[in-house]
Amino acid sequence: MNILFAILVLGSIAAIFGALLGFASVRFKVDADPIVDQLDALLPQTQCGQCGYPGCKPYAQAVADGEAINKCAPGGEDTIKKIADLMGVEVQPLDDSHVQGDAPKNNRPKVAFVIEEDCIGCTKCIQACPVDAIIGAAKQMHTIIIDECTGCDLCVAPCPVDCIEMRELPDTIHNWQWDLTSIPVKQLD
Amino acid sequence: MESIIERITRGHFWDFHGGIHPPEQKFLTSSKPIKQLTLPKQLIIPLQQHIGREGDLLVSTGDHVLKGQALTLGTNPMMVPIHAPTSGTISAIKQSVIAHASGLSQLCIFLDVDGEDTWRKRNVCPDLELLSNSDIIEKISDAGIAGMGGAGFPTHIKASSKPEINFLIINGVECEPYITSDDLLMMEHSDAIVDGINILDKLLTPAFILIAIEDNKPKAIKAMQHATAGIEKIKVCVVPTKYPAGGEKQLIQILTGQEVASGRLPIHSGIVMQNVATCFAINEAVRHDTPLLRRVVTVTGQALNKPQNVWALLGTPINFLLEQCDVQAIENDKQPVIMGGPMMGFSVSSELVPIIKTSNCILVPSKVEMPSAFEKESKEVECIRCGQCSDVCPSQLLPQELQWSAKAKDYPQLEKLNLSDCIDCGACAYVCPSQIPLVHYYRVAKAEIREQQQLDLKAEKAKVRFEARKLRLEKEKIARQEKHKKAAAARKAAMNKATPEATGAKSAVAAALARVKAKKASKGKVQTQDDTANSQTDVPADIANDQKSQVSAAIARAKAKKKLKAEAANKQLSSGKSVDEPVKSIPVKTPEIKAPQPSVDDKKAKISAAIAKAKAKKLAKSTDVAESDKITVDSIDETSVVEKTVNTDDKKAKISAAIAKAKNKALAEAKAETEAEASNEENIQSNESSDSVNSKSVTSDETSSMPSQVKSKSTNAAMDKKAKIAAAIAKAKAKKKLKEASSNDQTDQDSV
Repeated sequence: MNILFAILVLGSIAAIFGALLGFASVRFKVDADPIVDQLDALLPQTQCGQCGYPGCKPYAQAVADGEAINKCAPGGEDTIKKIADLMGVEVQPLDDSHVQGDAPKNNRPKVAFVIEEDCIGCTKCIQACPVDAIIGAAKQMHTIIIDECTGCDLCVAPCPVDCIEMRELPDTIHNWQWDLTSIPVKQLD
Repeated sequence: MESIIERITRGHFWDFHGGIHPPEQKFLTSSKPIKQLTLPKQLIIPLQQHIGREGDLLVSTGDHVLKGQALTLGTNPMMVPIHAPTSGTISAIKQSVIAHASGLSQLCIFLDVDGEDTWRKRNVCPDLELLSNSDIIEKISDAGIAGMGGAGFPTHIKASSKPEINFLIINGVECEPYITSDDLLMMEHSDAIVDGINILDKLLTPAFILIAIEDNKPKAIKAMQHATAGIEKIKVCVVPTKYPAGGEKQLIQILTGQEVASGRLPIHSGIVMQNVATCFAINEAVRHDTPLLRRVVTVTGQALNKPQNVWALLGTPINFLLEQCDVQAIENDKQPVIMGGPMMGFSVSSELVPIIKTSNCILVPSKVEMPSAFEKESKEVECIRCGQCSDVCPSQLLPQELQWSAKAKDYPQLEKLNLSDCIDCGACAYVCPSQIPLVHYYRVAKAEIREQQQLDLKAEKAKVRFEARKLRLEKEKIARQEKHKKAAAARKAAMNKATPEATGAKSAVAAALARVKAKKASKGKVQTQDDTANSQTDVPADIANDQKSQVSAAIARAKAKKKLKAEAANKQLSSGKSVDEPVKSIPVKTPEIKAPQPSVDDKKAKISAAIAKAKAKKLAKSTDVAESDKITVDSIDETSVVEKTVNTDDKKAKISAAIAKAKNKALAEAKAETEAEASNEENIQSNESSDSVNSKSVTSDETSSMPSQVKSKSTNAAMDKKAKIAAAIAKAKAKKKLKEASSNDQTDQDSV
């Protein structure tokens, strides 16, 4: 009799919790993997593909799935640090294959520039641009919308006449930064 | 609100947190009248002299402009126009160093002064009552007036605020050391300032107007009290001297006891604040139609022999002002020149920097007076956590916490500590016993936070554009696929339609199939044939005969050859008898094909080249059989000169190339063929039977000495039996015609 009672009690408890869990899984269902969106928000959104993925979101997905966190060249160390914080892993130096050979320290933002007299209007760069920042039509001169250019570099290679180059944005009072070296400030440790 | 007014009339004010009492140094200039300067030789007028955007240029190089003429046009409320401060010729419009801490260049208009100072036509307004509020605001806007206290916010926006205004505060506090420009202006032009205040009163209709003046300016207080005597609404408030009492939020707290919350504007509390110099400029603009052309600038510092306040035209280079005030000889070190006050100003990088609407002071300190300005190295030492900085912070922030976070570049923490509420007053750095330049750290951090925000915005925009592009590409792809599907369906429909009605088309297809079959057979036979020489040359000739169909046929043949060769080889191996059969049948075909060959020669040399190629293919394929190899070589010699040359040149290369080509073609056609084959399995079977028929007739042909004609007859006979071979008839007919045309050649060849 006792054993029957025990089975009944345990069974009913199991049923209650089963129902509860079932309800919770339906009620609090998470549609997307929130970590992917959080990672995507950390990435610089240049959509340059230097990580080997076709855009920032796919790389965010890949990182969430266990890909190395050090493949984002435009984001640099800062982004790697943020991703490491988010993912709870060790900070890694930027992947060797993604370190640009010349002057990696120069992180002034660059944008693409079309040398307009050389442009033959082949539209190859337009197709390469991930953010539609190039205006032009077949056999018409192309030009870059500087405000929209992410500096991803993807349009440089496809140009058959090498008329696209990456130029540093000019210093204006709007993007100028106080330079600690020009102000007599001594860094203390 | 009544209590506030009561307190004000009693002279009791609130206090704000912190603040400092630095040495005022106002005595240097406060006792001297504002000096009118001679006209400088050249003015450098930056297009942007306020917060917002620069206007659109109205003039170009070489233009002669009159005093007060607009040089730019504001098409947007945040664009404020600039005007020619005197008459002259525009010598250049180019980048030049401007009054900014960065020392960067911006577009400036260079005006060569002609010395005439000729005014443009002015419409002096006799009676203010004639103007509507919108007229007045338009006049203020057209006059290019921007807040002259230092921030440079467009005045017409502040003056056209909609909500109910409780207090209009006129800021004459001028709390920063050294500066006396507002003080002097109030002393000398109190009536004009009050007229300007009345205009603002008309626009904003505030409940009360408070003129705030620090108690260290007794003359100014007296002048303003005199000018406002009898006006109930206006109250002159004498506030205790303390830096930075002139800060907008600080002054509001002193006068009304209200604190403007972080991230909110005074207008949200029903308060508008204007500088006294702005009021003066409004009066000039509205009553005298004089745009903002000049301002009072305090040129001061102990390095000057004659420190004083001057009326400086906008665009006057600093070095001209310094000359007027007689700079003392400077020993060794570069003399620092500070624009703005000692607390909030910045060192200018060039003496050509022009005066703009917001420049209220040029400070040229001596080494004794301000040694820190001469030092290259900072004397900063470790923070000792004394907490004096937070005691004096008027915004009640925690400067030392901010400093650590700024050094660590911990921007989220800085935002938590409300760095954005820092007014850069410099009180913390002033009291710091460790001489930490705190404000510099904050400025760097602020700039970087702003930069980061801009980058985030840009990243967000890039993301949106990237997503949009992906969506667009996806759509285009689907559209393309649909189009292809439709086209394919249309083609199918057209074909289905054609088959029932046009038997001709059908029969043509059947003919083609028959041809393919026949050729297959012939090729299979060719391998073992002794007379392959003739047949080989002839088969391509046939192709050339009716070119179009032949080309496709050739492709089909190439494909078929491969298969059949394999089959034939097997056959050969398996039974010697079966080999004999094709051997017999071949001569039948060869003459048939042969006939057109001469005509081909006539037609084009190219065709013969094609023949050679086809031959080469065959050669390559039939290499297994040594005999056939020899024969083909012979046949090549016989057929044509072109062939010879081709083959002799580099047979092997040519052959391999041809093979490759054939293979490609075969591949391409493979699908089509397999389909055709599938549908024509029946045909093939029937063809086979017809082949046997052919072979029979061929044997008879062999006996007869006129192969071509006989053969065509035989094919006719075959055709009679099977409907499928109808095509063969057509072909044969075509060939006949050609044969007849070149009958002589034929006979020659045959004899050969």
